[in-house]
Amino acid sequence: MNIKNIGISFLILFGFWLLLNGTFSTPVIVTGLIVSLIIPMWFCARCDVFADMRLTPKAFFYTFIYLFVFGFELVKSNLDVTRRVISPKLPINPGIVKVKTKLKSKMARLILANSITLTPGTFTLAIEKKYLYVHWIDVQDKDVEAATKDIVQKFEKYLEVIYG
Amino acid sequence: METLKIIGAVITLMGSIALLLGALGLVRMPDLYNRIQTGTKASTFGTMLTLFGLVFIFPGWTGKLIILILFVGISNPVSSHVLARNAYRAGVPLTGKTTVDRLAEDMEKKNVEPKNDAQ
Repeated sequence: MNIKNIGISFLILFGFWLLLNGTFSTPVIVTGLIVSLIIPMWFCARCDVFADMRLTPKAFFYTFIYLFVFGFELVKSNLDVTRRVISPKLPINPGIVKVKTKLKSKMARLILANSITLTPGTFTLAIEKKYLYVHWIDVQDKDVEAATKDIVQKFEKYLEVIYG
Repeated sequence: METLKIIGAVITLMGSIALLLGALGLVRMPDLYNRIQTGTKASTFGTMLTLFGLVFIFPGWTGKLIILILFVGISNPVSSHVLARNAYRAGVPLTGKTTVDRLAEDMEKKNVEPKNDAQ
């Protein structure tokens, strides 16, 4: 399984190296290949960060869709917060709700928590096993099931495919 | 060339406006948690837009700017989550407008401690 971790780390490091250099000349590419192969083999011999990631075509496809969904939600969340900030009456109705996630992988939970933080009116306050405590600027449902449906499910259905 | 620069300038200006509104939100919101809400979203989006606008003005920097946008997108939510969690543990009060607090209910029942979840 470690080939997978080393491989993904290698791809990420090499991609960063190319972006940082901005050129595709032979010395740059050769140096990048060697260094970004040595570093994961040295430091990533026992790591399991990417172990839950699925490498099927469907997972890649869903990763792209997820990025689009996420970008759209990011813009929406900013318009929403802007509206609340500018409005003279300050229309907020804050509270902390509890939501439940089906995701088991640590990495998937991290991504889910980060996505919740960056999307409309919600941010993750604490994670305890399969429950997330989310601060919601405009509470619509206090119930666990209903809040889960509102906050988590739009991301979960993609992350489930990518990480399982 | 000129048009690209104008597009870049407009996008950068939009980013600055987002940052300004975030600052306004920090002043107007009633408690720490709502301030973090506006602070995180506006600062992430504003910084991303500002950097994205620079892509049009300096096309040579594109790769580096993409890396910066990625780092901001990954690190900003994590830092604000840690700030909020530790503020909650330290007992920073919620505003009087708060409608529901499930975390306090569960902490009273002793089955939850908002401990370090990055094990």
